[in-house]
Amino acid sequence: MIFSFDLLINALVSGVLIGAFYAAVTAGVSLSFGILDIVNIAHPAFIILGSYIAYIINARLGLDPIVASIIVMPAFYALGAGIYQIYYASFEKRGQESLRGLAFFFGLLFITEVSLVLYFGVDYRYVEAPYIGPTLHLGAIDIPLRILVPCVVSLLLIGALQLLLTRTFIGRAIMAVAQDQLALKLMGVDPIRIKRIAFGISIATASLAGAFLIIIQPVEPSVGREYIGRVFAICVLGGMGSLPGTLVAAMLIGIVESITSTFYGPSWAPAVSFGFLLLTLAVRPAGLLGR
Amino acid sequence: MRSDLFLLVCLAVAGIVFAAAFALGNDYYFFAGYVVLQYVVLATAWNILGGYCGYVNFGSAAFFAVGAYSAVAVHRFHPLPIPVLVLIGGAASGIVGFAMGYLTLRLRGAFFAIATLALAVVLQTLVVNWDYVGGSRGAYIVRPEAIAPFGSYIRYLFLVMLLLAVGAIFAARLIERSRLGYGFATIRDDELAAEASGVPTLRLKLIATTISGALMGMAGAPLPYYIGFLQPSSAFGLDYAVNSIAMPLIGGTTSWVGPLIGAVLLGSLQQIATVTISSAVNLLIVGFLLVGFVIVAPNGIIGLVHKYLRHQPDDELVGRRHVSIDTPGSTT
Repeated sequence: MIFSFDLLINALVSGVLIGAFYAAVTAGVSLSFGILDIVNIAHPAFIILGSYIAYIINARLGLDPIVASIIVMPAFYALGAGIYQIYYASFEKRGQESLRGLAFFFGLLFITEVSLVLYFGVDYRYVEAPYIGPTLHLGAIDIPLRILVPCVVSLLLIGALQLLLTRTFIGRAIMAVAQDQLALKLMGVDPIRIKRIAFGISIATASLAGAFLIIIQPVEPSVGREYIGRVFAICVLGGMGSLPGTLVAAMLIGIVESITSTFYGPSWAPAVSFGFLLLTLAVRPAGLLGR
Repeated sequence: MRSDLFLLVCLAVAGIVFAAAFALGNDYYFFAGYVVLQYVVLATAWNILGGYCGYVNFGSAAFFAVGAYSAVAVHRFHPLPIPVLVLIGGAASGIVGFAMGYLTLRLRGAFFAIATLALAVVLQTLVVNWDYVGGSRGAYIVRPEAIAPFGSYIRYLFLVMLLLAVGAIFAARLIERSRLGYGFATIRDDELAAEASGVPTLRLKLIATTISGALMGMAGAPLPYYIGFLQPSSAFGLDYAVNSIAMPLIGGTTSWVGPLIGAVLLGSLQQIATVTISSAVNLLIVGFLLVGFVIVAPNGIIGLVHKYLRHQPDDELVGRRHVSIDTPGSTT
C-alpha cells in the first residue's frame, strides 16, 4: 500500500500546483463573467493565442515565455478593450447580449482557433526555458519545475489582481460597476469606461495564462476547448467573481482531476471538471463560496 | 396556409429536389446535398430551442453524436433498417435533451449555454472510453453497395435525410403557430413575466429541449452509414455546433424560414468552398459570417428583407425592447 500512498501524495501535490495554474487561467473569466456579467466563452481561445505569441517570441528571440507574455500584455489589454467596445455598441446597448452576444463570442472562439490552425497547423508547439526539464525531489514527492514556476507566478498574478480590486480606485470602481451602474454614474464615473478597462485587464491575464499553458504542456489550437468547461466550472464553483474563491475552486478541481487521472487514467480527466460543473449548476448555482 | 396543405407543398418541393438530383445523375450531388439537408435539420432543431425560447445550445454536436453513436451501438448488436435507427437515435438524444433540460433549465441564459458545452465534453469522454462502439479508435460501418429501387446507397440516405428535413420544417412551423409556440415566445421575451402570468415555463422548456434534442439525434443517426467510419472527434466536431448556431442566426431566428435559408445558403457555400478552396477556410468563412451578421444584421436575412420591404420596423421583430437608464448614448 506504500506505493499507492506515494502516488496519492504526488497526485495531491501536482493537483495543488496545477490548481494554481487553473486559477490564473480562470482569473480573466472571473473578471469578465463573474463581475461584469459578460459571458466571454472565447477566453480560452485568447489564452491559446497568448501561448502562440509566447512561442513565437521564444523561438525567434529566445526570450523567456513569461517575460515575453508580460511584454505583450498591453497589446492584449488593447484587444480586450476593443472587443468590449464592439460588444457594448452591438449587444449591450441594444439589450441583445443573451442570444447574439453569446453567438458573437462563440464566433470569436471559432475564428481564433481556425486562424491558428490555418497559420500554424495542428502540430504541437512547445517553448524552451531553463526550468523546463529539471525536477525537484523532496523525499517521495516529485515537483517538476515546469509546473512549479507557473504556479508561483500564478499566485503572484492572483495576489496582484486581488490588490488591484480591493485597494485601488479603478478596482473598487470595477467592483461597484457589478453592483450598481446607476449609483456609479451618479458618483461621476462612466460605467462603460470602467467595464472597458476591466475587460481589457481580463484579456491581458490571458496573455500570461497562455505562457503558463505552453510551459506546462505542448499546445495545439484545439487545446483551448477543454479549458472552456474547466474555466467556467471553476468560476461558478468559486462563487462568480471572487478571486480567493476562484483559487480554492481551482485547486479543488486540480486535485480531483489529478487523482482521477492517476487512478483511473487520463482519458477520464476532462469529464471531471465538466461533471463538477453540471453538478454545481444543478445543485448549488451560487458556488461553494457564493456571495 | 393550412398545415396539411403546407405539408403537401413541402413534400412536392422535396420530390422536385430529389428528381432534380436524380436527373443530374452524378452521385456527388447526393453526397453534397446530404450534408446540406443534414444542416437544414440541425439548424431547424437548434432554432426550436434557441430561436423560439431564446436558450442558446452550444452542444448541438453532442446531440448529433448521440444519434450517430446509438446507430453504431444498435448496428453492432443487430443491423436494422435506417428509418428504425433514425427513430432510435432520435429517442436516445431526446432523452439526453430531457435530462439536460431537467438538470439545467432552472438556470437562466448563460449558465444553460455553458452547461451544454460541458455536456458535449462529458458525452465525448464517455464515448471515447466506451469500447463497444470503438472508443477513441472509431468504428467501421460497412454499408451495402446498392439498395433495391434507388441504385446506389447514397441516394437512399439522401432520400431519408430529405424526408427528415421536411419533417423538421413541418414540426417547426406547427410549433410556431400553436399554443406551444406562443408559450415559447413568452419565455424568450420575458421569462419572469411569463411565469408570473401562469405560463408553465419549466414544462415548456423541457418540451423544447426534448424536441430539439430528438431532431438533432435523428439527423445524426444515418451519419455512420454516410461516412462509413465514425470517430468521436468527427461526430463531436465543433463545426456542427458552430454551423447549427450560425445558420439560424444568419437566416433569422423568428420563424422556420430563417434556419432553412441559412442552412441552404451556408451549407451550399461550404460545399463549394470545400471543393474549390479548402475545408479549413470554409470554417473561417462561417465564423466571420456569424460574427458579422450578429453585429450588423441582428435579425438575419429575414430581418433584412423585412426592413427592405418596410413591413414592420426592425425593433418589433426582436420582440423585446430594451429600456435602460444606465447606458449613455442609448436610444431606447
